[in-house]
This record gives sequence, structure tokens and C-alpha cells, in this order.
Amino acid sequence: MSARNRELFGLIPAALLVTAGFAGVFIQREQVLSNVSLTYGAIFLGLCVAAHILIRVTLPNADPYMFPLVALLASFGIVMVYRVSATDARQQAQWFVLGLILFAVTIIAFRDYRKLEQYRYVIVVVSLLLLVLPRLPGIGEQVNGAYLEIKVPGGLSFQPTEFSKIGLVIFLASYLRDTRQVMVLGARRVLGVTLPPLKHFGPVLIIWGLAMVALLLLSDIGSSLMFYGALLSMLYVATGRLSFVVIGLVAFGIGAWYLGTHIPHVNARFEDWQHPFNSHLYHAEGGSFQVANGIFAQAAGGLFGLGWGQSILQLIPFPQTDMIYAVITNELGLFGATAVLVAYLLFIYRGFKTATLARDSFSTLLAVGLSTVFGLQVFVIVGGVTRVIPLTGVTLPFISYGGASIVANFVLLALLLLVSDRSRRPTT
Amino acid sequence: MNAQIMRLFGVIVVLFALLVVWTTRWTVLDATALNNNPLNSRTLITTLKIKRGRILAADGETLARSVRQRKTGYWLRTYPQGPLFAQPVGYANLISRQEAGLEKYRLPYLKGPSTTLNSVFGPLGGNTNVGDDVYTYLDPKAQRQARQELAGRPGSVVALDPRTGAVLTMYSDPSYDNNHYNAPCSDACQLNRATQGRYPPGSTFKVVTATAAIDSGKYTPESLINGDSPKTISGVPLSNDNNQSFGEITLTKALTESVNTVFAQVAVNVGRPTMTKYMKRFGFYALPPIDLPSDELAASRPYDFKGRPFRPGSPNEDIGRIAIGQGGLLVTPLQMAMVAAAVANNGKLMEPLLSEKAVDPDGRTVKTFTPTVYHQVMSPKTASEVNLMMRTVVDEGTGTPAQLGSGIPFAGKTGTASIGATGSGLTQPWFIGFAPANNPKVAVAVTIEKTQGQFGGQVAAPIARDIVQTLLADGK
Repeated sequence: MSARNRELFGLIPAALLVTAGFAGVFIQREQVLSNVSLTYGAIFLGLCVAAHILIRVTLPNADPYMFPLVALLASFGIVMVYRVSATDARQQAQWFVLGLILFAVTIIAFRDYRKLEQYRYVIVVVSLLLLVLPRLPGIGEQVNGAYLEIKVPGGLSFQPTEFSKIGLVIFLASYLRDTRQVMVLGARRVLGVTLPPLKHFGPVLIIWGLAMVALLLLSDIGSSLMFYGALLSMLYVATGRLSFVVIGLVAFGIGAWYLGTHIPHVNARFEDWQHPFNSHLYHAEGGSFQVANGIFAQAAGGLFGLGWGQSILQLIPFPQTDMIYAVITNELGLFGATAVLVAYLLFIYRGFKTATLARDSFSTLLAVGLSTVFGLQVFVIVGGVTRVIPLTGVTLPFISYGGASIVANFVLLALLLLVSDRSRRPTT
Repeated sequence: MNAQIMRLFGVIVVLFALLVVWTTRWTVLDATALNNNPLNSRTLITTLKIKRGRILAADGETLARSVRQRKTGYWLRTYPQGPLFAQPVGYANLISRQEAGLEKYRLPYLKGPSTTLNSVFGPLGGNTNVGDDVYTYLDPKAQRQARQELAGRPGSVVALDPRTGAVLTMYSDPSYDNNHYNAPCSDACQLNRATQGRYPPGSTFKVVTATAAIDSGKYTPESLINGDSPKTISGVPLSNDNNQSFGEITLTKALTESVNTVFAQVAVNVGRPTMTKYMKRFGFYALPPIDLPSDELAASRPYDFKGRPFRPGSPNEDIGRIAIGQGGLLVTPLQMAMVAAAVANNGKLMEPLLSEKAVDPDGRTVKTFTPTVYHQVMSPKTASEVNLMMRTVVDEGTGTPAQLGSGIPFAGKTGTASIGATGSGLTQPWFIGFAPANNPKVAVAVTIEKTQGQFGGQVAAPIARDIVQTLLADGK
């Protein structure tokens, strides 16, 4: 079977899931099975088939599993968001359409994505501006003490960091492609530790500094972890030097420790993470209520969950965004949640596979960077909800409610498919 | 670069494995502890979403049921009979954690079996969150009769089926509306006087003394004892009512005429350890084994003048005065009904029981609360002898106002305890008994709080008679 046919058949589970999911939620909510569930399923399948045809025409050699996996996650996401709020689900569906449009635009405009390299400094400046935008007075919006959103006229809010992550990865891929050789060759051993040359490592240090500033400005541990983790991963893949990663991690650890103990908000998050069931923290305003109830929700889910539509939402703050993983675990149990994580992991695996097949360093680093930043975003939010790390308000890609998230991640998918198509193109 | 990429992917896999491990930790390993965490209001809300079962009277009348609140979808409780059944039924506001009575005690049945098993099939829909109905033995007619005849006077009426321990009537005045249990009310209206009221039993306690005397083999109903008044008991003179002297009389006669000096001597003669043994068998010194929350129960026992309970068999107990229901002895109406029931049921005391069974929404009986023997208090022979003595009380003694007048023999005992300061003239009238005496089906205890010199035979006995008549007419 050709790659594209495999992709087409791969959409069937997504279509079934969205139909079954809506049916389940409808039965729970209205005690009736409305044909609306079928309508949703049909519209969703129609959109996916349209995107599939676009890929078939423009990227015939691209990885056949990525798009079906995204469709599966997005269809699951829209059911979960619908289950929380029908209004949000309608908006999410509109964002989904906009995301697909940007997906098409990216594919068509950047058929040769390597021309992105020409704009790398523009891209990095814009990305960094987007990163600090939420902190600017007037347009910035503080949510849970962190500055991650900007207000858009029309009552919407928007998380620009979703786009920054892609821009920074493009920049780093391009920058490291140029400097990876000299970084290794020019490395010196100081006191038994291999250090990269300062001249070329400088920009990396700048990014470390920016991650710290982001931490400071945005008061957000998770986002910095995501950016910095992607940076270190790309550095490691580019240079093969584990010592660079270790130095980077130590630097990050020191910075995070310092900020965690000296910035009240970061410190509060840290305390909530360590002691969510402390009754004082639990009842404090903006305290550990969210973390604790996310965990209570998971505990109530058990192995199999309570079933779609059974969650007690008033006990889960931000059920359609930050805490959607808790809702998933609550309603579908450990098995359902693990299935979602496996779907993410499969997508990331295809991303890494694409990276290994790529024929030039820029493509490899771009695919690695995009896959890693995507994977780390999942880790940061799910890790926050499951208390592996302190909770941060980033979205669960393709599942959480959020316009910027959906649109940005479709652009990320488009870039990965572009890399994949080029690397798998038959050489004649 | 491919080696690095695969290693990096390995790191991502490890990170995701951590997520799965942590999810497992919350959903499986720590789940029970988390579900029971006091900060977790999930269990409460789940319970509020359950349509708790009804509480029903013996004739099927609804005493408590669930009503759905439109806005929240929570099921709240309403009590159609209000004050008439408020004391045994209680109330349950799960949100404010205010609970009482059967509503509290039988909550596990009322909210139905745990829904954990359902959750496997939860995704398939179907919502079976309906609890079980709890049927009680309470008889609404007798309950109404009790309320009517107490007529607002503080007091209590308890009726038991001596054969099973079934609580047929449990009504006390003042009562309260359990639909508005937070409303302020006077005179401890929420106190379930039947199980918590502590009153001196007066002469009704002579049934216990007679039982100890006969069952220990020291006396027979025909034993002759000097009934002159006064007699020195524990170094202090004790007199009969109106300081009347009876001369040498039988134990039966002494019970019939409620001769204090006879029973005080008998108890002293029988001895403190034997008296204590029989009191314990009747259920004194312990919380009654009834299906109500333990904080709504009081033990019946003697107290010293500072209000501290005596240790059972303490040498400081004035056993001669306890024998006639004074000497610091304070009892609940339920305890005195149990005394009558023990004699009625051939000496075998059953545990009092409000609830009969739990029935699931499909009409299947999921649990029958089986009657349980509490103690064999006395031999059947002693029981039949005390039974005959108590019949004499109603036939020709102080208890004649209790006569049923339909040829049905009634065995009983009156009591009129002096309370308050000497010379205040305040009394605590009592009547305990059972009928039909030759085949007992109902045991009853009636008391009225703090009357101005009224006698048990005069005010309590007629109520007992009417309750018994109503219950027997109702096929009990």
C-alpha cells in the first residue's frame, strides 16, 4: 500500500473516535443519541480528507503516520473540549479550520523550507518579542500568576509562546548547522571538563539567559524548561558532546533553584508542587487547590475511568486547558491516559525518524528540535498535572482548548511533513 | 548524528514513562488514600449525585426521600412527616456534614452500593446512582397517638416488639422539624429523649429488683418481707408513699402496692454484685444496642451527686435506693422499654432495632436486619413469675388505669420518681408494661418530664394503654 493510502486509512480511527466520543458525551448529557454526533464526525472527517488530499498532491513522500496521529489527537481533543463546554468546542473547531488553512499555507509557501534559514535572525527576534509580549502592559494578561497570554480584540486571548517555540527551533537549527563543527573542534578542556569555544557558544548562552529572563518575566518554570530542553537537545545532537548538556543542565538547575527560592510566585508554585495536600496551601488563594484536585480527579478515575461526561468539573479548575489531562484520566482512567501518551510518543517517534532520514544537518536539527519541543510541551503540562514537576500553564498540544496552540502545532506538523517529504523523496 | 538522535529519543521515552508511572501512582497505588483525603470533596459530590433511598414506616409511609435540586443536580432530602418521626429518622445534610438518626446510621444503605464496579461499564452510559430504601418497624398510627397524648408535655413514648426487638414507636416531645433542623428551638428539642433523656425511673425499676431477687433464687413471689415504714437503708430512713406501713407482705403484693421499703431490703439482701449483674444483663451501664448513632444514645446507670457515673458495682452506690429507682439512678425510656420487653419475652432480651430491611430500586431485598438476642436476662420461669406479678399491678394495684378492658391481660409497673429539691413536689411519672401478658406482642415505656406531683398510674398508664391498644389493633 502506498504511503498516502496508509495515511488515508489511518484517518478512520480518528473519524470513529470523534463519532463515538460525541455519541458517548451526548448519551451522558441528554440521555439521547442525537445525529449531531454523526454530523460532527462527518465534518471532521471531511476536513481531514481535504488536508490529506493536500498532502497527497504537495508532499507525496511525507511520513504517512504523522497526520493520522494528529487527527486522532485533535479529534480526541475536540470531544474532550466539547465534553467540558460546547461553546469552547465550537470555537475550537473554528481554530481547527484556521489551523488547517495555515497548515496549507505553510506547505505551499515553504515547499523549500530551507529558505527559512535566510530569515533566521528575523525569526528569532520576532520569537523573542512574542515571548515577552504578554509581559507588556495593556496587552498582556496574567493567568495564575504567570504571564503567558495576550489579549486580542474580541475577547479572545492568545498564547504567543506557542509560536515562539517554532521560531526558536528554526533559528537554532540554522545556527547550529553553521557552528556545530567549530564548536566541537574548538572545544577546550578546562579542569577536565570540555568547554565549547566562547565565541560560538555565546548565542547559546544568550538563549540560556533568555530562558532565565523568560522564567523571571513570565514567572513560568515550565515554558523555560521546554525552550531550554529543546536547546540542549539540539546542541547535543549537533555536537555529540554530552558535557555541553551536563554544563547546560547544571546552569539551568542553578538558575531555576535561585529563582525558585527568590521569586515569590515561582517559589509558591514550587511549594504547591511539594505539598499540595497541605491544608494551608490548599485553601490559600491561588494555592495548591488546582494541583491537589487534579490528583484527586486522577485518583477517582482509577484504571478505567468514570466514563465520558462523568467528571465533576467544578472540582477541576481550567478543565479544558491546563487540567485537561486530569479530566482525561478521570473519565478514561489510567488506560485512556496512557493511550493518549502513547499516541504522542508515536508522533514524536515519527518526528525523530524523519530526523534520522534527513539528508542535511539543517533538516535533521529542525526535525529533532520540533519533535523535542513538542514532546517537552507534553511532558511539561502532563508532568505538571501528575506532579512530576511544578505545574505550568502550557497547553496539551492538539487536545487542550486554545487557538494559538492548535494553529501553531499545525504549522509544526506542516514543517515536519515538509522535512519528511524531502528526506524520503526518491533520489533519481 | 543518528546515534545522538536515538539516545535523545530514549530520554523522551524515559520522560513519558515517568508520566505513566506518576499517573499510575495517583490512579492505582495511592488512589484509596486520595479518595479518602479530607480535602477531597469528590466523594461528597458523588454521594450528592446519588438519589438516596427512602426511609419508610412499617405501613410504607415515606419518612424521608430525595428531591433533585434543579440548579445543581444534587439530591437533597425532605422529610414529609417532619416532627412526627424527626427523632428516629434524623436528617442528613452531606454538604454541611450535619447528620443524625437513621439518616446517618443507615447512610451506607441509603446511598447504595459503591459505584466502583459500575465504572468499568461507565463509558457505556447508564446511570444507576440510586440508593436502597430502608424500611423501619415504626408504626405511624401509634406514633401519631403518642404525639397527640403527650400533647406537647416534655416526655417520651417507646414501644418495642419484645419477640424481635423491633421499635414500633419512638416519639418524644418536644420534637423538631427535621426539614429545618437548623431552626432554633427551646428545651433541647433535638435531643432524642427516648434514647438520650436521663430520668430517675422510680418504682418501674422494682421490676429489675424483683427479677434479681427471684432469678438469684433468694426470693419467690410468695416470700414474705416486712413492709413497715420507715426503714433505715444505708444509714438513712426510707419511707413508703404516705409513710404507709404494710406489715409482712409477699413480694407480689409489694410490687402491686409499690412498697419501697420491701424492695430496698430485698436489694440489700440480694447484694450489690447480684444487683449489678442483673442490671448489666438488662442493658444498664452500656449504650443501648440500637441502630442509631452512638452520640444519640445514653447509658442508663447511677450517678453520684456531682453527676459523675458510678463504676458498676461501686461500693458508693446506694443499692437500696437504686432498687426503687432513686439513689442517683438515671435511665432512658428505651432502657425501661427493654426491661419490660425482657420480662415479656421469657427473659430473652432482644436488641432494639428500628430498621427492618434494605430494598434496592428493583425491589430486591438486599439486606434483612435480623433480630439479635442481646442477653438471656433471666430464666423463663423467673420471667413468667415476674410477668404474673406485673399483671397483678394492672389488675388490682397502682396500674389499674392501664387496663385494656377488652379481656386482654396487661402486665405493667408504674413509677413516680421524686425530682428536684425536697418539697418541690416535682415528679417524674412512668409506666412500663407489655401486652397481651399471656402472649406478649408489645412492650411499652412512657414517661413525662417534671410534672407537678402527678403519678405514673395517673398520667403515664393511660398513654401506655392507648399505644398498646393502637398497636394491637394495627395487627402487631
